[in-house]
Amino acid sequence: MSTVVKASRRDFLKIAGTSVGGLVIGFNWFSCDSPKVEVISTEEILAQAKSFNSYLSIAPSGDIVIYSPNPELGQNIKTSFPMVVAEELDADWERVRVVQANLDTEKYDRQLTGGSGAMPHSWEILRKAGATAKYVLVAAAAKAWNVPAGEITVEKGIISHKGSGKSGHFGEFVAEAATITAPEEVVLKDKKDFKIIGTPVKNVDTKEMYTGKPLYGLDFYREGMKHAMIQRAPFGMKIKSVDDAAARAVAGVTDVVTFGTSVAVVGDSTWPLMKAKKLLRVEYETDGLVESTTDHDRIFADLMANGKAEVKRSDGDVTQAFKNAAKVVVAEYQCPFLAHSPMEPENFFAHVQADKVELIGPTQTPDRARQAAAEITGIPKENITVEITRLGGGFGRRLRADYAEEAVHVSKAINAPVKVTWTREDELTGGAYRPAVRYRFEAALDPEGNMIGYKLRGVGMNEANSTRPNNFPCGAVENVLIENVVHTTPITINPWRAPVTNFLAYAEQSFLDEVALEAGKDPVQLRLELYERAKANPIGKTDYNVNRMIAVTKEVAERSNWGKDPNVKQGLSVYFSHRSYVAQVADIEMQGGTPVLKKITAVTDCGMVVNPIGANHQVRGGIVDGMGHAMYTNLTFENGVPKQRNYDSYRLIRLKEVPEIETHFLDSGFDPTGLGEPALPPTGGAIANAIFAATGRRLRSQPFIEQKEFSDIKLEIRRA
Amino acid sequence: MANFNLKINGKAHTVEVADDTPLLWVLRDHLGLVGTKFSCGIAQCGACTVHVNGAATYSCVLPVSSVGNAEVVTIEGLSEDADHPVQKAWAEVDVAQCGYCQVGQIMTAAAFLEENPNPTMEEIDNAMNRNICRCGTYHKIREAVALAAKTK
Repeated sequence: MSTVVKASRRDFLKIAGTSVGGLVIGFNWFSCDSPKVEVISTEEILAQAKSFNSYLSIAPSGDIVIYSPNPELGQNIKTSFPMVVAEELDADWERVRVVQANLDTEKYDRQLTGGSGAMPHSWEILRKAGATAKYVLVAAAAKAWNVPAGEITVEKGIISHKGSGKSGHFGEFVAEAATITAPEEVVLKDKKDFKIIGTPVKNVDTKEMYTGKPLYGLDFYREGMKHAMIQRAPFGMKIKSVDDAAARAVAGVTDVVTFGTSVAVVGDSTWPLMKAKKLLRVEYETDGLVESTTDHDRIFADLMANGKAEVKRSDGDVTQAFKNAAKVVVAEYQCPFLAHSPMEPENFFAHVQADKVELIGPTQTPDRARQAAAEITGIPKENITVEITRLGGGFGRRLRADYAEEAVHVSKAINAPVKVTWTREDELTGGAYRPAVRYRFEAALDPEGNMIGYKLRGVGMNEANSTRPNNFPCGAVENVLIENVVHTTPITINPWRAPVTNFLAYAEQSFLDEVALEAGKDPVQLRLELYERAKANPIGKTDYNVNRMIAVTKEVAERSNWGKDPNVKQGLSVYFSHRSYVAQVADIEMQGGTPVLKKITAVTDCGMVVNPIGANHQVRGGIVDGMGHAMYTNLTFENGVPKQRNYDSYRLIRLKEVPEIETHFLDSGFDPTGLGEPALPPTGGAIANAIFAATGRRLRSQPFIEQKEFSDIKLEIRRA
Repeated sequence: MANFNLKINGKAHTVEVADDTPLLWVLRDHLGLVGTKFSCGIAQCGACTVHVNGAATYSCVLPVSSVGNAEVVTIEGLSEDADHPVQKAWAEVDVAQCGYCQVGQIMTAAAFLEENPNPTMEEIDNAMNRNICRCGTYHKIREAVALAAKTK
């Protein structure tokens, strides 16, 4: 008997060898049935496990395998999910091996990476998985020793009974455990008894990553596999004619395939294709709008003034409030397009056969890749497998299945297994983007500087609502109008790490700084006053918890020595997004007329911290990401084609441009929320507000280095 | 197409490829050494860094025809069992998020410390500035290089 479901090939033998005769625990969380615990063979698992949702297996040796269903792209879920299971199991972490599960929508729900949602979604599920396994193991030991289960203790995979002096490891009880009926309800541990959660546990792929083992989609090779690279049409254009003679003449090119608006060169290895792609002569013709960045600027100005808006929120009477105002503050903010630019370029393997499809590669949404393959081939989803590789970054780009679809098209056309690989130029020019957005903020102040009216008008692109109508300062202001105008563009728009809030937070937090200045209030004080109003007399619906906003704001003021050192000019930014609260202060010191960015202090409330290493990574990484894109990165279009084609012109932040970042976490007593996104949104505002405090220059557009207000500022970065 | 005799990780290899094929693609497509990563292809990000006669080199722009008799070391040849001081420091500091750039970072750091075993932080920063990490693990990269220098 064995307990293995199909894992990735490189792990398969290793696990099969250790789990023979082990215990498998499966849960069906769709129907909220009680967990099923069985000892079954490999074949039985593959045949019967359909009703299971997630599982772990324990071998007679005591080795534990925990399956991690969600794609790992650097957010550390492959380490933190199993930590939660192991905690409730009271396992010895040294005996735990983690296996990336393949796509299985019958076993797992929400098998995707996006929206910082995995941990809040699965927290209780994972705990129950571990607790139920422990329950049946303890019951099995109680039966074997003929002692009450309540007298048994478990520590690090060892089950003990003090009275009789008996003890044994998990593996000794797996066969007996399989005969025990699992309870419908299990008791979860008190958080104060956690031994694994909250401790710094290292990345489970450490050794494989640092020795260059094939972990990523691009590392996948198979005997007989073809390679393909694709020439894509500019946005708003379609193919008029294709001359592929020169491309076909390159040694190593075996085929050229046209589908939709794409032309694929196919061959036996990558380099000939990189050359051949440049030799394709494809003529395009207009097929809709063809836009340039200058068009976007004009469209934004027009729609800001005249566009038809959808009202997203309306509290009180803003017209009256602005009529009554002693002072009105107005400012507009705009950001450019950005590409996601994960270090691993898009790629996917597909093997389309008569009645089945095999897909392997980096994806944040494996089910979307499968669905697309089913639609392209007409083959039912049940006959399509998706193996999820480790992702070399994602940032939202791999929520789309476009590159998996391409692999399916090419494999189908050439009737062979193929891996499609994108170049960096492909990623920047033929991709999907964080759209440019423009905001106008208006604040009405009474004679005491209190905000009595607040207006936000966003002009966004395509389906995305460019506003967040239930976010702060809504709830704290009596008269509010939030509206959204949409421009429809042929350029592909896609969620980008912290969608919408990645720029909205910057604009809003900078605007609040402008309001504080006009109101004659300290920026911390302005926010605390508004929070108190939202707490005492909340206006309308809000998504944030005002007490948590207050706590992170006060803590960051304390930790950053807010306002205490006259030589240090500070910028504050506080933002709630994706269920977490992050407050940041940037410190700039003027040294002989030169502003020096010295430090960013961050206070985060993401509920309980599961893994401090991972949490620190996500906060610091989010800050570096937010700073880099606010400071340096720009993507502009000319006739439907991005002008920045690679890292020589699409500038990403580098090591020497990163200041010291100090992180703090508040334990608010809440269950954990995600951290892949929430630390990014506040950063741009904190830095821009500090730059204003130090230089008097207000930056209302990104990237900073391209703004005229910044042209004579030589910001230095002091590294720790 | 021509035959090239290469010395990689102490072993002789012969490959038949076009003479302008970058070493990166010879390693990945022809020799199965996939630890060396492709990311920008224009010597900007450092994901493809290998050692050529000990020097950190962008393999994505190095034509195989110019490698000659040089000793090439890739991540697969850096140590027997992940026990190079830089790899050990990377594991100790737990540097990676997505991990994709880290092989290139490790190869850059290893060549740098060979040349400069007792660097200042400023020298570490200058050396590591040639590699991009999109996840923003730069603080940990600095920490790991400093640790490797100390424990070497």
